[in-house]
Amino acid sequence: MARIGVFICHCGENIGATVDCEKVAMAASEYDGVAYSIDYKYMCSDPGQNLIRQAIKEKELTGVVVAACSPRMHEPTFRRACNEAGLNPYLCEMANLREHCSWVHEKNEATTEKAIDLVRMLVEKVKRNHPLSSIKVPVTKTALVIGGGISGIQASLDIANTGHKVVLIEREPSIGGHMSQLSETFPTLDCSQCILTPRMVEVAQHPNITLLTYAELESIEGFIGNFKARIRKKAKSIDEKLCTGCGLCTTKCPNKKIPGEFNAGLGNRTAIYVPFPQAVPNKPVIDKLNCTYYTKGKCRVCEKVCPTQAIRFDQEDEIIDIPVGAVVLATGFAVRGTDFFPEYGYGKHPDIITGLQFERLASASGPTLGEIRRPSDGKIPGKIVFVACAGSRDPAKGIPYCSKICCMYTAKHAMLYQHKVHDGESYVFYMDIRAAGRNYEEFVRRAIEEDGVNYIRGRVSRIYEKQGKLIVKGADTLLGGMPVEIEADMVVLATAGIANEGSEVLAQKMHVSYDQYHFFTEAHPKLKPVETNTAGIFLVGACQAPRDIPESVGQASGAAAKVAALFSQNELTREPVIAVVNRSAPPMYSTCAGCFMCVSACPYQAIEKEELTDRKGQLIKTVARVNPGLCQGCGTCVAFCRSKSIDIQGYTHEQMVSEVMALLNN
Amino acid sequence: MTMALGFYPGCSLKGSSREYSESVLALAKAFGIELTEINDWNCCGATAAHNLNRNLSLALPARVLALAEKQSLEEVLVPCAACYSRLAATLHDLNRDEAIKSGISELIGMELKGSVHIINIIQFLDKYICPLLENRIIKPFSKKVACYYGCLLVRPHSVLHFDREEEPQSMDVLMAKAGATPVDWSFKTECCGAGLSVSRTKTVARLSGKIVMDATERGAEALIVACPMCHSNLDMRRGDINRYNGIKSSVPVLYITQALGLAVGLDPVDLGVQRHFVNVEI
Repeated sequence: MARIGVFICHCGENIGATVDCEKVAMAASEYDGVAYSIDYKYMCSDPGQNLIRQAIKEKELTGVVVAACSPRMHEPTFRRACNEAGLNPYLCEMANLREHCSWVHEKNEATTEKAIDLVRMLVEKVKRNHPLSSIKVPVTKTALVIGGGISGIQASLDIANTGHKVVLIEREPSIGGHMSQLSETFPTLDCSQCILTPRMVEVAQHPNITLLTYAELESIEGFIGNFKARIRKKAKSIDEKLCTGCGLCTTKCPNKKIPGEFNAGLGNRTAIYVPFPQAVPNKPVIDKLNCTYYTKGKCRVCEKVCPTQAIRFDQEDEIIDIPVGAVVLATGFAVRGTDFFPEYGYGKHPDIITGLQFERLASASGPTLGEIRRPSDGKIPGKIVFVACAGSRDPAKGIPYCSKICCMYTAKHAMLYQHKVHDGESYVFYMDIRAAGRNYEEFVRRAIEEDGVNYIRGRVSRIYEKQGKLIVKGADTLLGGMPVEIEADMVVLATAGIANEGSEVLAQKMHVSYDQYHFFTEAHPKLKPVETNTAGIFLVGACQAPRDIPESVGQASGAAAKVAALFSQNELTREPVIAVVNRSAPPMYSTCAGCFMCVSACPYQAIEKEELTDRKGQLIKTVARVNPGLCQGCGTCVAFCRSKSIDIQGYTHEQMVSEVMALLNN
Repeated sequence: MTMALGFYPGCSLKGSSREYSESVLALAKAFGIELTEINDWNCCGATAAHNLNRNLSLALPARVLALAEKQSLEEVLVPCAACYSRLAATLHDLNRDEAIKSGISELIGMELKGSVHIINIIQFLDKYICPLLENRIIKPFSKKVACYYGCLLVRPHSVLHFDREEEPQSMDVLMAKAGATPVDWSFKTECCGAGLSVSRTKTVARLSGKIVMDATERGAEALIVACPMCHSNLDMRRGDINRYNGIKSSVPVLYITQALGLAVGLDPVDLGVQRHFVNVEI
C-alpha cells in the first residue's frame, strides 16, 4: 500500500495569493494512498525541507509530491532532501502550481480546483514510480580536437595545460589555419604570424598534445566520455623521422607552377612542398595529384636529392583508432571566390581579388613580400576599391547573414594600403559599418579620418574592365542615390564567409546539427554556445558562424573549460531518464518484435540489436536494446514502437496514462 | 519536313524594324519552318502598360496568348525582346495565381489556360536552326562580332530562366557556329536607353555611345543584336552617338537572324540588310 506525502508550497505570495493552498492540502489528504498532506510558506527553505525529511521518516512515506514551482527550478532540491531522508530521489515528483497555475490564472475557485487536479495527477504518478539510480559511465580523459586553426590551437593548449591528453588533427600539411595567412590583425595592427607561430610551436612541443597533420576523421562512434575516433593519416610520402626539413627537395622539384593554397592562388608552390616557411610541422608532403612521379610514373628528383633518403613513394594512408572522451570541432570556414559574382565578371579579371588574397599581398610572407602589387602586371595600384558585403547580407545570393569580420578587415585593408602606397586613393563601398567590439569603431574612424580612406555608402552594381582599368559602377546612397563610377586599378571583394568544405559530411559523421548554410549549430544560442546537441562534442570558432580571432579564442578557452570539467570526473553521472526495451519471463523474453523501427527513429544511434540466446547459446530472438550511455531520453523510439515495448524510465506509459485518468475520473 | 510554329511579330517588326521580321521569315523559310502568325494580335503593352496599369499590362499579353491557344498553337516565337519579356512575365504571373488568371480571362472575354510555350529568338535558333546550321554554312560570317543582349532578353532570370543574367553566352555560341569570332566585352547587358530614344535622345546617345565605343575599342566589326529597340538606338541614333563619342564609328548593327542568313547564303536584300542607317558592308 502506497504511503504518499503531499507538500503544498505557498511560494510566499506567488502561489498563496492566488491558490487556496490550505484547501489543496485538505483535498489531497483525502486521496487514496496519501498518508500525509500539509502546506507551508516556503517549502524550499530549510524548515520546509525539514518538514519533508521528518515526514518521510515519521510517516514511513513511500513517495513524495511537492506542489510548488517548476521542477526546472527546485526538483533537484527536493529530490536531494528525500534522498537525505532515505527515500530514493526518483520517488519524489513535483506538481507545478506556480508557472502552470497561479502565475497564469486569476484568484478564484477554478484556479484552486486546477491546483487540486494537478496534485491528484502527480499523486497517481508517484504511486507508480520505481526507485531508479543515476547512470555511471567512465570517462576517457583524452580530447580530440578537429582543426588546427587558431580556435583548435587555443582549445588544444588550454585542455593540454589542465593536464589532459589532446589529439589535434588537421587536414592540411600544417596547422595555423586562416590566421597564418593574415597580414596584420585588427584593431591593433599587430602581425598575425608573430602572435600565432609561437602558439603553433607550443602545440608541436607540448607533452600532452599529439599533433596529426594531413589527417582527417574517417568516422566516430560511441558517446560522451567514450568515443572511438577513426582517423585517416594521409600518406605524406616522406619518412617524418628521417626528414630533417632541410627543404632541398622543394627547391629541386621540377613541378613549380601549382597555385599555392597558402597564398590563396596568388603564388605557386611545388608538388613536394611545405605550405609556408613557418609551417608546423616544418616537413614537406607530396601532393600526389600534382606530382609528376605519381601522375606520369617518372621523375623521383626529390628522392635523388634527399640527403637522408626520407622520400617514401610507396607510403600508404594509415588508419588509426583513438579512444577519446570529448571532441572539439574547430574546422573553421572558407570564403567565397570572386567567380561567385556574375556582375563582377565571374572571376575573370585577375585584378579583382578576395579579401583573403589581399591579406597575402599585404603580408610580409606573401608573394610580393608585402608590397601591394596587382596580380595581372605586378604594378602598384594607384586607385583601389574595396567592396564590403560581397555576397553577404544578400538574400538574392543565398547568403542573407552578415559575415561579421568584413567591415573590420576591409577598414584594415584600406588602412594598410594607405600606409604602403602613400599617394594611393582608396574607396570602400559599404552597406553599414558594423564595428561592434572593443576599439573597433575607433579603428574604422581612424581609417576614415587619419588615413583618408573614402567610404561610400552604396552597393556596386557592376565592375568591368576597360583599357586596363576596372570600372566600378555603384551608387552613393547618402548623396541621393547618385551614380558613382570609379576607374580603379584593383578591386578587393570582401566576399562572404561560408561553411568550410566538407562541413556537412563532418556534421553528419559527428551527429551534430547544422544550419541551412552548413555551419554547425550550438545546443543553445545563448546559454550553451560551445556545446552541441550531442553530449561530449563541442564546437569553437568559425565552424559555427563567421568569427574574428578574439571571439574564436574566447570560445576555444570556453570549450576547453567544458572539456576540463568533463575530465575532472572519473565517472559521469547522468539522469536515468532513458528509454528501456522491456524484458519479460520466458517464453516471451520481451514484447519487442524486432522490427527495429526504433533504430532508424533514434537521432542518437543509441539503439542496438541484441541477440537473446538460451543456455546452449541458441538464438531465441533478436530484440532492440537501448545503450544507456548514448540515450538522451527524447522518447522518439517510444512513439515509434508499435508493440509499446519501450518505456522512458520515470515517464512510462503506465505513469502517463494514470495521470490522464486521474484528471478524467474527477 | 515543314514544322508549324506560332509567330507573334509585335508592333516593331511591322514598322521600324521590319527587316528583323523579314530576316526571321527568310531564315525560317530557308530551313523549312512554317511560321503561323497569330490572327488579330494586339500590342503587348510594351513599357507603357506596366508602368500605368497592372491589369492592362497583364490583359494585353494575355489576349495574345489566348488567341494563340484558340488557334491551337503550342509554341510561339516572339522575336522582339520586349514583347517576349512582357509575354513571359504575364505567363509567369498568371500561372502563379489562379485568381488573377480568371480575373484577366474575364477582362479579355476569352478563356486562358496558360499552356502556350513561348520562345525568344535565341531559343528558336538553338532549337530549330542550330542543329542544321553546320552543313548549311556557305559564307562563314568571319568577322569579329560583339554580341549585344540588352536588358530584356535575359532578365529577370527568375521569370525567364534563360542564359545567365550577367555575361550571357547564347548569342556568342551561335555566332561562333556561323564562323564569327565573338569578342569578350563589357557591355553585353548594359541599357541602350530604350524608349528614351524619342524623348531624351541625349541620354540615349550617352548610354548607347558607351556600348558602341566599347565594341569598337575591342575590335568588333559588327554588333549583333536580338531586339528592335536596341537595334534602332545603336543604328538609327548613330549620328548622335558619334557626336557624343567624338569619334566616327561605322560598325554596323545586325540582327542575329540577318547575320545567320548571310552565313547560309541568303540574299542580303531578302534579309533587309539595306534598310539600316549604318551601312552594312559585309
